[in-house]
Amino acid sequence: MWRMKGRTRSAMGQATTVLVTLFGLLVLTFVIGRIMPVDPVAAIVGEDATNDVYENVYRKLGLDRPLYIQFLYYMRDILTLDLGVSIRTGRPVVEDVLHVLPATIELATFAIIVGAGLGVPMGVLAAVKKDRWPDHVIRIISLLGHSMPIFWIGMIGLLIFYAGLGWVGGSGRMSQFYIGLVPEKTGFLFIDSALAGDWDVFRSALNHVILPASLLGYSSSAYITRMTRSFMLDQINQEYITTARVKGLSRPKTIWRHAFGNIRVQLVTIVALAYGSLLEGAVLIETVFAWPGFGSYLTANLIIGDMNAVMSCVLVVGLIFISLNLLSDVLYRVFDPRTRAE
Amino acid sequence: MTDPILDIENLSVRYRGATEPAVRGVSFSLGRERLGIVGESGSGKSTVGRAILRLLDSAEITADRMQFEDVDLLNASERQMLKVRGRRMSMILQDPKFSLNPIQRCGDQVAEAFRTHVRASKAEARAKVIEMLNAVQIRDPERVYQLYPHEVSGGMGQRIMIAMMLLTDPDLVIADEPTSALDVTVRLQVLNILDRLVHEHGIGLIMISHDLNLVRNFCDRVIIMYAGRVVETLAASDLDNAQHPYSRGLLAAQPRIGGSRGPLPVLERDDSWMQPEVRS
Amino acid sequence: MTLATDTTRPRRMPQSLIAARNIVGFLLRSPTSAFGLFVLAVLILTAIFAPLLATHDPFLQDLQNPLQPPGDGHLFGTDELGRDIYSRLVYGSRISLMIIFLVSIVVGPIGLFVGAISGYFGGWWDTILMRVTDIFLSFPSLILSLAFVAALGPSLNNAIIAISLTAWPPIARLARAETLTFRSADYISAARLQGASSARIIWKSIVPMCLPSVLIRLTLNMATVILTAAGLGFLGLGAKPPTPEWGAMIATGRRYMIDHWWLVTFPGLAILSVSLAFNLLGDGLRDALDPKQMNKR
Repeated sequence: MWRMKGRTRSAMGQATTVLVTLFGLLVLTFVIGRIMPVDPVAAIVGEDATNDVYENVYRKLGLDRPLYIQFLYYMRDILTLDLGVSIRTGRPVVEDVLHVLPATIELATFAIIVGAGLGVPMGVLAAVKKDRWPDHVIRIISLLGHSMPIFWIGMIGLLIFYAGLGWVGGSGRMSQFYIGLVPEKTGFLFIDSALAGDWDVFRSALNHVILPASLLGYSSSAYITRMTRSFMLDQINQEYITTARVKGLSRPKTIWRHAFGNIRVQLVTIVALAYGSLLEGAVLIETVFAWPGFGSYLTANLIIGDMNAVMSCVLVVGLIFISLNLLSDVLYRVFDPRTRAE
Repeated sequence: MTDPILDIENLSVRYRGATEPAVRGVSFSLGRERLGIVGESGSGKSTVGRAILRLLDSAEITADRMQFEDVDLLNASERQMLKVRGRRMSMILQDPKFSLNPIQRCGDQVAEAFRTHVRASKAEARAKVIEMLNAVQIRDPERVYQLYPHEVSGGMGQRIMIAMMLLTDPDLVIADEPTSALDVTVRLQVLNILDRLVHEHGIGLIMISHDLNLVRNFCDRVIIMYAGRVVETLAASDLDNAQHPYSRGLLAAQPRIGGSRGPLPVLERDDSWMQPEVRS
Repeated sequence: MTLATDTTRPRRMPQSLIAARNIVGFLLRSPTSAFGLFVLAVLILTAIFAPLLATHDPFLQDLQNPLQPPGDGHLFGTDELGRDIYSRLVYGSRISLMIIFLVSIVVGPIGLFVGAISGYFGGWWDTILMRVTDIFLSFPSLILSLAFVAALGPSLNNAIIAISLTAWPPIARLARAETLTFRSADYISAARLQGASSARIIWKSIVPMCLPSVLIRLTLNMATVILTAAGLGFLGLGAKPPTPEWGAMIATGRRYMIDHWWLVTFPGLAILSVSLAFNLLGDGLRDALDPKQMNKR
């Protein structure tokens, strides 16, 4: 009984926090999108819209009303998933975003696999060999990844591996030749091509995702490495590690079975957060690789100044970030026996 | 004392980066008996225990002789040590709150000690663990097997620890302050369990403690350490006749029922104690 | 207490200088942070002596010699308008330094102010301010900067404002945490008992105590600031075309990249080395100021 009560209460607290943050998110995007621009209508419809269109949007935003009414209008629009129409494509922004998101999720997922696959072992090794040469080398490797301008390294990567060596595909999600061959069911190219049984497309997609995903993953591995190292250092000096060694376990077994076992939960939360921050790099690297995803959509709208579409994208990123934060919290609760029992 | 299990001569341990050794010139040997090592914190008593198990990776260990049965501890490879640790020699650590892995079930941790050294199926190991949990007087061992360390009390945790370390029937057990993290009420109970098992299996026990009374009651012989050296070695029953001023100081600083109610004397230190031991 | 402050007050400056010297000494002992310091020194000197170091006018177009490869009078080659890339990089260091400087003087005080208020007053102030901080932190900083620049209009100044608006929350968090540890200290209570106003206590006692860690945190953030600024420049939201901003140089060079690698390579290396320098320095500072680390050495 008691246990349930405490759990429900903490879930309630969590829910309030999320709601407050969501509300803050709306306020922030409202302020940026509607208050900061000198003429919010022009920012939405563009400089050379007809008077009719201008009037229409002016009234829809409620700009003749007090600010709080405008905000209520804004909230109503968001809650009914009405994010307006994109100037560029002429379609509802929600539709557009849903259309481009799978490409980005695909890229980010491959990237996080690379990032965690690189970062976690490096972090463990750095902790085990603290202050010795592997630690120093790993520190330099990961700081280098953290310091690269991702758009630049993307170009250099294209220069070397695509133009120079021809090992990987160039820009886009697949070769021009294959575009439109596979029916779009889920929007995830790997799933769609597998469903259609078209393995040429699948291979082409793999060939194209490998470079941007590796570079993005490498740049995100810095954070994962650093956190893994510091989590491991916390565990390695614990008494239960001594216990494991006293039992006669070999060093690698003590490290992986006991110390690593204890940081797994923390790592999952860290990787979830790293996944969110991949979106940032995705905006830049998608531009470089002409990857038809969320980042390209965002920057294309930025360039033509479609404020409404831009702010909708920002809102979506915020939502993804909050969901990932929430997810990492939930994972922590579910997987750690200590929090489970409380 | 019949054929010694452990024989140590002139053991010195220096941690990496330290100028002074933490332990120097320690010699003793141990048969199938219970030896207490007493000293204040920082006297190097825990370091001795960990040096015997070769757990100090970042320390430099030197000795004239360090023999555990047929194993030369000074020159044994890590691979050889893996067969010794947990199988023939083990250690009970101070606080079960920290010495048990927080995310593994207690029973699985005990079973791991067994399965590391003995080829056994999961079910066999489990049966063995349950039997051992019974032996350390845990009621309802089936339930305790499934619990996580944070769900058991300190006394229960330490009994699990004892079960884990005695399961493989080792010849030598080092108990490093086994009861100082426990409530006073369960201390004696845990000690009695340990004492009985050590007796029944004929295990050599090194009890590291700062508690003179405990060592007096549960050990046959006592080594008193100060600043990394052994200052005196004597039979537990002779503890009251200790010669060395440090030992006498320690004894005098113990409160006693029926003793004088005046302030307890404060230990006064002397640099000459940094000399080799007096044997009595 | 009073005695101690009386004796230390006249010496305050020299003491902080000694501390700074110790830290620099510590940093120089580790090769990686020494490298970081070295690169930053080079950056600052380059910015100061740009007119002396540059071999050409960074804005001077030479349409007879576009896209020249490195060497032959142009150390790093020329761009699509025949401008000397080396000279543009040299002048670009001034822009980078200006961004760093302006962001620091905006972000430091804002973060310090929000954090100190939040930590000192606690209660509702704390709840509201930290909630706001959290909302800002719930965006990746580049995305939020993008949004701000989009609203304000693309320009270098607006990019700096946008970066500042997104860079203060971590500083505020830190300042709050520091303030919480000092708030209940005896000398704060003493000052309060003597009737000092809250504003005075915050300004005189809390802000100076938070300052060192805030400065370090600022240094740590600089690598991110540099990368965000370059990213904004790359997306065409920062400095306008003729300005030799490194990110913008990469953006224009991108069109010619396949046949003329030097257009993007050198500006990228410049960004990489500055941000790496800050990261290495930050890493060293963390070690230098971590008491656990200090004892070990």
